[in-house]
Amino acid sequence: MSGRPASRRADLATEDPFWAKAAILTAVLLFLTLVLLLPVVAVFVQALHKGVGPAVAAMAEPDALSAIRLTLLTAALTVPFNVVFGVCAAWAVAKFDFPGKAFLITLIDLPFSVSPVVAGLIYVLVFGAQGWFGPWLLDHNIHIVFAVPGIVLATIFVTFPFVARELIPLMQEQGVSEEEAAVSMGASGLKTFWKVTAPNIRWGLLYGVLLCNARAMGEFGAVSVVSGHIRGLTNTMPLHVEILYNDYDFVGAFAVAGLLCLLALATLVLKTLLEVFQPDVRGRHV
Amino acid sequence: MSAAVMSETHPMTISIRSIVKSYGRYPALNGVSLEVQPGELLALLGPSGSGKTTLLRTIAGLEFPESGQVLFDGQDVTFAGASDRRVGFVFQQYALFKHMTVAKNVAFGLEVRKRQDRPAKADIAKRVDELLRLVELGEMGRRFPAQLSGGQRQRVALARALALDPSVLLLDEPFGALDAAVRKSLRRELRRIHDATGVTTIFVTHDQEEALELADRVAILNLGRIEQVGDPLEVSEHPASAFVAGFVGDGARFEGQVQGGVFRSGELAAPAPGAPDGAAQAFVRPYQFALAQGSDGFEVKVDRIVGHGPILRLEATAAGGRRLDAAFPREAGGELSGRPSIRLQVRSAHVFPV
Repeated sequence: MSGRPASRRADLATEDPFWAKAAILTAVLLFLTLVLLLPVVAVFVQALHKGVGPAVAAMAEPDALSAIRLTLLTAALTVPFNVVFGVCAAWAVAKFDFPGKAFLITLIDLPFSVSPVVAGLIYVLVFGAQGWFGPWLLDHNIHIVFAVPGIVLATIFVTFPFVARELIPLMQEQGVSEEEAAVSMGASGLKTFWKVTAPNIRWGLLYGVLLCNARAMGEFGAVSVVSGHIRGLTNTMPLHVEILYNDYDFVGAFAVAGLLCLLALATLVLKTLLEVFQPDVRGRHV
Repeated sequence: MSAAVMSETHPMTISIRSIVKSYGRYPALNGVSLEVQPGELLALLGPSGSGKTTLLRTIAGLEFPESGQVLFDGQDVTFAGASDRRVGFVFQQYALFKHMTVAKNVAFGLEVRKRQDRPAKADIAKRVDELLRLVELGEMGRRFPAQLSGGQRQRVALARALALDPSVLLLDEPFGALDAAVRKSLRRELRRIHDATGVTTIFVTHDQEEALELADRVAILNLGRIEQVGDPLEVSEHPASAFVAGFVGDGARFEGQVQGGVFRSGELAAPAPGAPDGAAQAFVRPYQFALAQGSDGFEVKVDRIVGHGPILRLEATAAGGRRLDAAFPREAGGELSGRPSIRLQVRSAHVFPV
């Protein structure tokens, strides 16, 4: 009997009283509903308030289809590039010591700290008609700014850190001894990577890919600067949403926005599934 | 032991010649030379930062020296990569492949061979089976490393390192992460496996007891240099330097002067035949003390007498607060008991100039 009150006191010491828990939980839920849930619901309500027909029609429009295609193309080019770059950068940072390592890590983080609009402007400055390489590119009939390459470049810049940032702490924690063991048993560099390193980083890599993909499809600022907003040619989905909205085509704007939301939600579901099945990747991203 | 487990190659001689290696400005190896005899079990013993692991990794081909040579049976392998040396390496934290079963871990070295050199699947399975039985893990092949105890992981690492019939087996602090009981039994295990395979084996340790008990010969490293190489008895009975005398074996250290072949530190006198006159330090092992007759020797305050087994151990404090341990045969118990202080003399000591 004497042990019980003591253990109850211990419970109380580590737990907040009921009313405090309830108050905090209510505040959080209220806030989430207001700021996150309500807008998402509003998007779908707006998109469908004239029925499913007009919403589907807005998405089937050639300009909308072209925007969807361009967004998927951008993601399809950006993600593999950042996977290759991210793995290489993380490998270099985590497994080797070299001068300038701290600088490289800072450089990888740069896109997180720079406003996406600035990122877009950098590419206009470098590749635009008045930019450093502009005249040369014009002479050789190469279009980067206000064309698809610029959009892909800007998206790559913005999504640069996702894979690398996800892998660096993971690979640092794992160290090099498994790779050394593989090499000492005669495995070539490539075999060591595929048989030892890749299996050890696969969940972290997948997580990074999902985040990278979500951002690649959703990026607005940087892409807006370099795109030129040419309908049917250089509009991605986020840009198309803005154009439709500015044209007072609310059904169309919200229909495309709804599609973007669905893509984002699908990514989130995948990410959550990943966390459920691989608890050790949780909470690693910046 | 089945014949197939035996190394197919004959045991290897390893010659290390004036190896120099540094990390940035910090020197790790300062001109180290060492001959490792074929089939011997050698310990690299030293405090942390002495360069012992760097030396082991240089032999493995995981580090490359700035100058000097590594020879395997007279052949220069200084800059050959680890994969070309046929070394078996057991890492400090074992470095087992977490996503592979025990059997896959052991088979790894055979399975990554080029197709034309790769043994048939059945042969690999047979070899893995043999090795797991050698390390007494016959039933564990299907488990994953996370499902094993520390001692079992160590055995897997050992089996994996032996899978390729290495010409040399290298172990980095092989027992460092294990508790005392497992450590003792694995020590015997390593000795048994070494004797069964006959492979030249080098292991790194900072634990002198481990080195002295397990190895045929011990190389003692300090500050990137080898201080002494010898069999366990030799390094503890005839230390070649003050560092070895202090690092290997118990003992008290005294500072004083040598004059005419006698070391003196206050009341304490110790024979120091052949030692040059001048400032010196003496290391006295517990068994080098004896009870003094009458007013000979020097006085110590008795702190405690511990007696179990054939040896009585006296913990005492000498003048100036220096603590020392002395060991006596059990029969001396009568003379020791109940006395607050006692006079000791030094029968012999290891004396080195300062």
